[in-house]
Amino acid sequence: MYTVPLPRIGTDLAWRDAAKRLIGAAIPPQDVLWDFGGEMGELFATATPLPPPSRRIKAPQSFVQMADTVVWHKDPQRFARLYAMLWRLRHETGLMQDRADQHLAKLRQMEKGVNRCKHKMKAFVRFRDLRQGGDRRSFAAWFEPTHHTVEPTAPFFARRFADMDWMIATPDVTAQFVDGNLSFHPGQPKPDLPEDGAEALWGTYFCNIFNPARVKIKAMTSEMPKKYWKNLPEAQHIHDLIAGAEAKVQKMRDAAPTLPPERAKRIQNRLRQQKDGDQ
Amino acid sequence: MTRMALSDKLAILSDAARYDASCASSGTARRDSRDGKGLGSTEGSGICHAYAPDGRCISLLKILMTNFCIYDCAYCINRVSSHVRRARFSPDEVVQLTIEFYRRNYIEGLFLSSGIIRSPDATMSDMVQIARRLREGENFRGYIHLKTIPDAAPELIEQAGLYADRLSINVELPTDNSVKAYAPEKNPVTIRKAMGDVKSRKEVAAEKSYTGKRGKRFAPAGQSTQMIVGADGSTDATILGQSTRLYGAYQLRRVYYSAFSPIPDATAQLPLIKPPLVREHRLYQADWLLRFYGFGVDEITAARPDGNLDLEIDPKLAWALQNRALFPVDVNRASKDMLLRVPGFGTRTVGRILSTRRHRGLRYGDLLQMGAPVKKAQPFIIARDWTPGALTDSANLRARFAPPPQQLSLL
Repeated sequence: MYTVPLPRIGTDLAWRDAAKRLIGAAIPPQDVLWDFGGEMGELFATATPLPPPSRRIKAPQSFVQMADTVVWHKDPQRFARLYAMLWRLRHETGLMQDRADQHLAKLRQMEKGVNRCKHKMKAFVRFRDLRQGGDRRSFAAWFEPTHHTVEPTAPFFARRFADMDWMIATPDVTAQFVDGNLSFHPGQPKPDLPEDGAEALWGTYFCNIFNPARVKIKAMTSEMPKKYWKNLPEAQHIHDLIAGAEAKVQKMRDAAPTLPPERAKRIQNRLRQQKDGDQ
Repeated sequence: MTRMALSDKLAILSDAARYDASCASSGTARRDSRDGKGLGSTEGSGICHAYAPDGRCISLLKILMTNFCIYDCAYCINRVSSHVRRARFSPDEVVQLTIEFYRRNYIEGLFLSSGIIRSPDATMSDMVQIARRLREGENFRGYIHLKTIPDAAPELIEQAGLYADRLSINVELPTDNSVKAYAPEKNPVTIRKAMGDVKSRKEVAAEKSYTGKRGKRFAPAGQSTQMIVGADGSTDATILGQSTRLYGAYQLRRVYYSAFSPIPDATAQLPLIKPPLVREHRLYQADWLLRFYGFGVDEITAARPDGNLDLEIDPKLAWALQNRALFPVDVNRASKDMLLRVPGFGTRTVGRILSTRRHRGLRYGDLLQMGAPVKKAQPFIIARDWTPGALTDSANLRARFAPPPQQLSLL
């Protein structure tokens, strides 16, 4: 029996290294326990060292890519499921193309969940200006991801916000980007971030880009689920926007047509003269 | 005149911009700022940073530079004859808003449009100036979408294309006659000419010179346009015919359909209606069938004599019900083209079927397992352990999918 400890930071590389060693030594899935972040405690800790890295292990590229994503899922079974799939792949060629295999389907579904979570993190992190002065501006955000997606998503923020320092704090892992260097640290409770005046402007924009004549609440919540709202400054306006929509549209409908303002005629005449001049 | 606060301007000029449906930030060249000398990135797929209660994605800061306008388009909130409050951003204000919103991860970039002030050239050159300042002054590498002003000088359009990811010009209404009736100052011929110019500039930019060098990238995310649906009497067949011509002749990336939606201070010429949202949705579905599923306009619009799409069922299902002789198809044998015509099957499902059937014959349960919408497809397919029998040709097949008829309300 092997118990494989997996760290919270660098989980992907640790799992891949252990899986290679185990599969190289033909250790069947039922003989492996995966211990993420020391959650199992002392009880299952074993002193059995992992087998040494052996011959080159071959696995389809599609599996490796899938595993790189699935390791960040929150399901405690993810490592065991991946290893069981790798075990089967030793003999079942073409398994990765079989979209109807239920174990693969489950892993693909988990992969999709992680990818969605990464995408939502790219979308919904909201930075606040820390106003610290200095050469580089610095920003910080608090975010609560569904899966362990801070580490695989942070490089995106590093590519995008390279000319500023930033921190994304989460209960799981905290990412920091200082002077162009990205680092990861243990999670933390929600920090006190300074108020940022830009949030009011952003709220103004959110309220005015909304078209009250086309209320489609389900379309909104399916893409921006309520669990994200508490960390989105614009979400505080949603309730009032929906409540006032009907009345706003009714007002537009009830308004009697007006006469054009004085200047309209002047402008229109000038435009007509210009056109005649052109022809 | 007293100076207006920035937030008031933002309120007016985003309110004025919301009738433009496009908010796409995808499909442009890949860029990032890893070198530490700039801000922003674009990575192929767009990101929707928020959703408003209208269900629309908010990806870009979509604003008008100004809503002063010398034109009098009946459907438009900003027409010269409207009493809507007017405002104008300074170039600096637009640049600062874009950058500060971007740094806080609110947006992917800027979608800048404008009312026509003074002249088309003056308006376009102000917009180009803003884009240039973002790119050259602020080293901004995020997404920029510029609305091009019809009748603006070709040099200005050329500059716009060097700074912007996407250019767009709205055809506004599906037929030339409707444009004449409702947007008297706009000329459909010049609009098409402007789209043609953008297309040929893109082609020139894509060519390599004799030394093998490529020219500067020109609007890498292409051009798009928008048509208002439900303001004039055009049928869906007319609208889709127009889209097909636009996609073909000008290689547009997207044609957006915008259900005519109530505006404040509307004109008596165009009474306000409830925006035809279902119709808009069906048009988008049909548009997809035309572009990605190998359907022709005639096939899609043949189902009904009045040239409109069936509002109760989607256009592919409507087509399949009209062409039952072609069904059921065997998921284990049918060609890709035919599988794409099965109601419910999208490109992803078809890809999974093709990949899996190389390994084994597909059963009904396998289709379920791979996430195919089998309920919709079942009357039209055969699998190892499934045949629809008389279902395919049953008289009440449409009723299985259409919403139940509702009793008319007396009030």
